[in-house]
Amino acid sequence: MNLAAKSEAKAPQRSHEAIRVEGLHKSFGAHEVLKGVSLSAREGDVVTLIGGSGSGKSTLLRCVNFLETPSSGRIVIGGEEVRCRPDGTPADRRQIERIRQSLGMVFQSFNLWTHKTVLENLIEVPVHVLGLPKDEAVARARKLLARVGLAEKESAYPAFLSGGQQQRAAIARALCMEPRAMLFDEPTSALDPELVGEVLAVIRSLADEGRTMLLVTHEMKFAREVSDHVVYLYNGLIEEEGPPERLFGDPQSARLKQFLKSVS
Amino acid sequence: MDSTLGLLALSPPGWGGTLLIGLWASIQIAVGAFGLGLLIGLGGAYGKIYGGPVLRDCLGVYTTVVRALPELILILLLYFGLTDMVNKLMLALGYGRIQISGVVAGVLVLGVVQGAYATEILRGAILAVPPGQIEAARAMGMPAGKIARRITIPTMLGLALPGLSNLWLIATKDTALLAIVGFNELTLATRQAAGTTKAFFTFFIAAGVIYLAISLLSTWGFARLEAWARRGDPPRVAGAR
Ligand SMILES: Nc1ncnc2c1ncn2[C@@H]1O[C@H](COP(=O)(O)OP(=O)(O)O)[C@@H](O)[C@H]1O
Ligand SMILES: [Mg+2]
Repeated sequence: MNLAAKSEAKAPQRSHEAIRVEGLHKSFGAHEVLKGVSLSAREGDVVTLIGGSGSGKSTLLRCVNFLETPSSGRIVIGGEEVRCRPDGTPADRRQIERIRQSLGMVFQSFNLWTHKTVLENLIEVPVHVLGLPKDEAVARARKLLARVGLAEKESAYPAFLSGGQQQRAAIARALCMEPRAMLFDEPTSALDPELVGEVLAVIRSLADEGRTMLLVTHEMKFAREVSDHVVYLYNGLIEEEGPPERLFGDPQSARLKQFLKSVS
Repeated sequence: MDSTLGLLALSPPGWGGTLLIGLWASIQIAVGAFGLGLLIGLGGAYGKIYGGPVLRDCLGVYTTVVRALPELILILLLYFGLTDMVNKLMLALGYGRIQISGVVAGVLVLGVVQGAYATEILRGAILAVPPGQIEAARAMGMPAGKIARRITIPTMLGLALPGLSNLWLIATKDTALLAIVGFNELTLATRQAAGTTKAFFTFFIAAGVIYLAISLLSTWGFARLEAWARRGDPPRVAGAR
């Protein structure tokens, strides 16, 4: 996945900025969900988005990899700006696909492919989209499964795994593309409380090895521990942001104080 | 008893060979029409889901009309209509009339009928695929064609196969309707044998047994296929429903 070589003209900037969002607006019909949001994550940063339900966290994350088309604003991934037509839709389908391959997304509902075994889930995109030889992909996948503690489950179908196991497999599936950054959308919200810990442990280990990630979570204690930067979203705008110690330890805005009280 | 076996013997004066030739023609047409129906159905289903308003309306007219009319009328209409149209076209282009082979005409006619039903079966199955399955593939940068082939279609197969199994059985039986346009499939061969020998009972029972055997065999085959397509389904909990 040689992103730099493939991207034309615009060389990656030297800032080592992995993800940059500028002035992002997004409306669904007349309903404006994002009202001008800017944020950036440098290589190795863990940027966490917190906020109430419906504040636009998922929409923001989904705009980054164009699962939703932004109404306006700029998205720059690894120094490469996504080219858009005047109406805001992406101009180059191939560019979008390439950028998505460089961003590993993990969903609240896991979304493992039900008709494929765990191993088949992991190697699907590396083999059939990225063109990696199958034996190499399998070796890579087995290493990742061992890492997330699922080595014995490679031949199981997702429906036969617990929620925590499915989410760990989904994380391994995203890692198997060797992405530049990870996007997590409430990865533990659908889990029974006793299964949350095992998934957070995997995410923590990724943070510890210096993975770039954009993380949406309601696990405030976890967010405080792993984040480099925390963004509090309220009603489609950034209400307050900063390092975790300050945001959680000394919140300024009344809304954030109220929010932190409600989730603790 | 001897005379019955004699009548069904494979070589003349027995009529068994004639029946088998008819059976072979029926199977060819059924397989061809079912295959063509699947292709039309897949295109039709995707067209109905993702197509523009004009395409959706056209497909709506096609599935509504074909499913409303009795198959016998459709077969007469399409058989004579299609062959006539092809020949008018050939003449207009300055070529001579052509003879359309019975198998090709049969596959085309029944395929168009099958396609209408397949469109509805596959459309329902595609819409029943959980959106997250497709979203995960999109999020990983899979191109749309690959998503259809590698994610959507395999996932909807388990949902579509019961309907498709029915459709296949209808295809095998509808081949008998082609007897009306003089196509030499199993039912027409049976009628000839029965008419010549006056042993109506023997031959129609024999044909019935053959149709039953086809049905049993394919039901078994489709059940195996469905079990395979549903290999990833959650385990059935005892007592649940
Ligand atoms: N596809 C969509 N169509 C219409 N409205 C949507 C869509 N997706 C999200 N929304 C609306 O956008 C708002 C923000 O949603 P979301 O980004 O999911 O919030 P969060 O993830 O912070 O809970 C909600 O009011 C939601 O109803
Ligand atoms: Mg959300």
